[in-house]
Amino acid sequence: MSRHQSSFSAKILTASDLLDGDVIYLNAAQTWTRQLSDAHLFVDAEAANAALATADLQQQTVLGAYLVDAATGTNGAPTPIHFREIFRATGPSNRFHGKQADLPA
Amino acid sequence: MYTYSDFDRAFLRNRVAKFRDQVSRRLSGALSEDEFKPLRLMNGLYLMLHAYMLRIAIPYGTLSSVQMRQLAMIADRWDKGYGHFTTRQNIQFNWPKLRDVPDILDALAKVDMHAIQSSGACIRNVTADHFAGAAADEVDDPRPTAELIRQWSTDHEEFAFLPRKFKVAVTGSEQDRAVTKMHDVGLKLVRDANGAPGYEVSVGGGLGRTPMIGRVLREFLPREDLLPYLESILQVYNLLGRRDNKYKARIKITVHEMGLEQLQALVEERLPHQRARFGGAEQKHLSALEQAFTAPAYVTRSSDDFQTALASNGAFRAFVDSNTAAHKNPDYAIVTVSLKSHGATPGDATSDQMRALADLAQSYSHDELRVSHEQNILLPHVHKSYLPTLYVALRNIGLATANIGQISDIIACPGMDYCDLATARSIPVAQQIATRFQALNLEQDIGPLKIKISGCINACGHHHVGHIGILGLQKAGIESYQITLGGDGTQHAAIGKPVGPGFSADQVLPAIERLIYTYLDLRQDPEEDFLAAIRRLGLTPFKAALYGPKEAANAA
Repeated sequence: MSRHQSSFSAKILTASDLLDGDVIYLNAAQTWTRQLSDAHLFVDAEAANAALATADLQQQTVLGAYLVDAATGTNGAPTPIHFREIFRATGPSNRFHGKQADLPA
Repeated sequence: MYTYSDFDRAFLRNRVAKFRDQVSRRLSGALSEDEFKPLRLMNGLYLMLHAYMLRIAIPYGTLSSVQMRQLAMIADRWDKGYGHFTTRQNIQFNWPKLRDVPDILDALAKVDMHAIQSSGACIRNVTADHFAGAAADEVDDPRPTAELIRQWSTDHEEFAFLPRKFKVAVTGSEQDRAVTKMHDVGLKLVRDANGAPGYEVSVGGGLGRTPMIGRVLREFLPREDLLPYLESILQVYNLLGRRDNKYKARIKITVHEMGLEQLQALVEERLPHQRARFGGAEQKHLSALEQAFTAPAYVTRSSDDFQTALASNGAFRAFVDSNTAAHKNPDYAIVTVSLKSHGATPGDATSDQMRALADLAQSYSHDELRVSHEQNILLPHVHKSYLPTLYVALRNIGLATANIGQISDIIACPGMDYCDLATARSIPVAQQIATRFQALNLEQDIGPLKIKISGCINACGHHHVGHIGILGLQKAGIESYQITLGGDGTQHAAIGKPVGPGFSADQVLPAIERLIYTYLDLRQDPEEDFLAAIRRLGLTPFKAALYGPKEAANAA
C-alpha cells in the first residue's frame, strides 16, 4: 500500500452526545445519528476535516468529536477498522446493554 | 459507624446545589464543555466509552444497610439495575444521564454519601483494610484515622490542584490487606515500645506505568502528629512535584528524583509549624471519631448449630474455609461474599443483590457491610451460629460462591468494555479463566492464587501485584495480553516480572492453563502455593511453559 502523504484512508466522524453520553456519528445529511450504519464515509481529507471543525463548534450537542478510520463493510455500511470503535458501535461484551440493545438489529 | 454531623450535611447539600446549577448552566449553554469538564470531574462524573460514568466514594469501604439500599435504588431508578465495585473501594454506575446526576447526588447525600474527589488531581477517596474493626490480627482500628483523613482532605483548598492525584490507604494490621505499599501514602497503625499509638508512614508507592513500592518515610509517627505530618508531605509535594510531565507527576517520581532523605528533611522542617497550626484540635476530634467506631454490641449465643453444619455439610464447610476469616471476637467470623461467581463480571452487583446483602447485614452483621479492593462485599461481624442460615440465604441469591483468594477470585478493571482509557478488554479474560478452571474442577487443588487484570497501563486492575498479572494492550490492531509473574500486594510487596511477548485474546487462557499445570507439576507439595513456588523456582520453568524451552533459555 502506498505510504504517500496525499493518500487518505476513508473516515467516519464520531462523538458523544452531551445529554446521555451515547456514541453518535455524523451522517450524509450532516446531522448526528446513533447508528453506525447511517454514518457518512468521508473519502477526502478536506471534507472530513471541515466536518470535524464544524462538530467542534456544536458544543451544545456534541462532545469530543474525532475522525476514525473506516471502510465499507460487507453489508455496504461503514465499518471502523479499530476494535475500540467496533466496541463503541456495539456496547459492552459482558452485558447486553448499549447500542446492541437499544438499536434495531 | 460514623454518621454525618450537621456540618457535613450542610456542606454536602450546598455542594450538590452548586453542581445542579452547573449542570443547568451547561445544558443552557452558559458553560462550555471546557469550563464544565473540571466541574463534573470534581463530582465524580466521567465520560466513558458508551455513556457517562458516575464514581461514588465508599470511604474506607464501609457501608450501612441503608446506604447499600440507596445504591440499589439509584441503580434501578437512574441506571441499568446494577453497579460496579472497584479496586478503589468505590462504586461506579455505567449509564447515568447528565440531567439526572444532580438528583443522584441528592439521593446519595440523603445517606451521607458523595462522589466528591473521586476524580482529579486531589486527595482521593481514602481506602482501608476491609477487615477494619473486625480482624483478629488488628493492632488498632484504621477507620477513625481514615475518617479523620477524609474530613481533612475533603474540599482542602490548598490541595485541590496537586500535580497529580494522591491516594492514601490505612491498615491496622501487620497483614496488609489494603495494598498500602502501593499508595502515594500508606499508613500502618502501630504501637511503640511503650504501647503508645502511632503510624508507620510509607510514601511513593504506586502502580501505573512506573510501578514503585512505597518506602518508609517515618518508622514511628506519634499519633498526634498525623495531620501535621500529612499536611507537610502534601505541601512539599504540591510545591516540588513535577507539573511539566503528567507521567512524572506522582509523588513516587518526586521521591525517586529528590531521594527519600531529602523529602524527609523537607517534611520534618515543616512539621513544627504545622503542629502549632493544628494545635491539637484535630486530636480531640479523632477521639470523638473513635467513639463512632466502637465494636458492635456482640451477642452471646450457642455455636452448636454451626459445629453441626460444619461436620455434616461439605459445601458449607468449603464456604466457611474459603469465605470466612478470623474475627477478633472468637465467637464471630468475617464473611466475604464473592462477587465472582464463575463467569460473572468481577465487582458487579445487581440491585436485587445489593438489597439482599443489605437485609443480610441488618439481620446478621450488626448492620455493617464492607467493600474490598478485591471487588467483593463483606459482612464483617457475623456470629458463627448465624453462618449456616446466612450460607443458605446467600446461596438462594447466587452469592455463595466459595472461591475467595482462589484462581477465580479475579480482580479486573472495566477495561475496554466500558473505559475510555482502556487499550483492551479485561472482563472477558476474567470470565474465561474463572469458567475454565471451574470446568476443570481444579480450583481447590490450586489453592491460593491472585490473578489481577488491567485493561491498560494505568493498572486499575492491580496487575503489577497479581501473582499472575495480565495487562491488556493493543498490538498490530488486536488486543494483546502481557503476563507478569510473582507480584504481591501485601506487606511483602513485590512487582510482578514480565515473562515475554504478549498473547492474543484467544491465546491468553491456554497460556494461563500452561502456567497452572507447570505449577501443579513442580510444587513441592500442596502446601506450597503458586507464589511460593515462583519464588523458589524462578521464572524459567514458567517461561518455558509459556514459550517453549528454547525461548525461555534465551529470555532468562
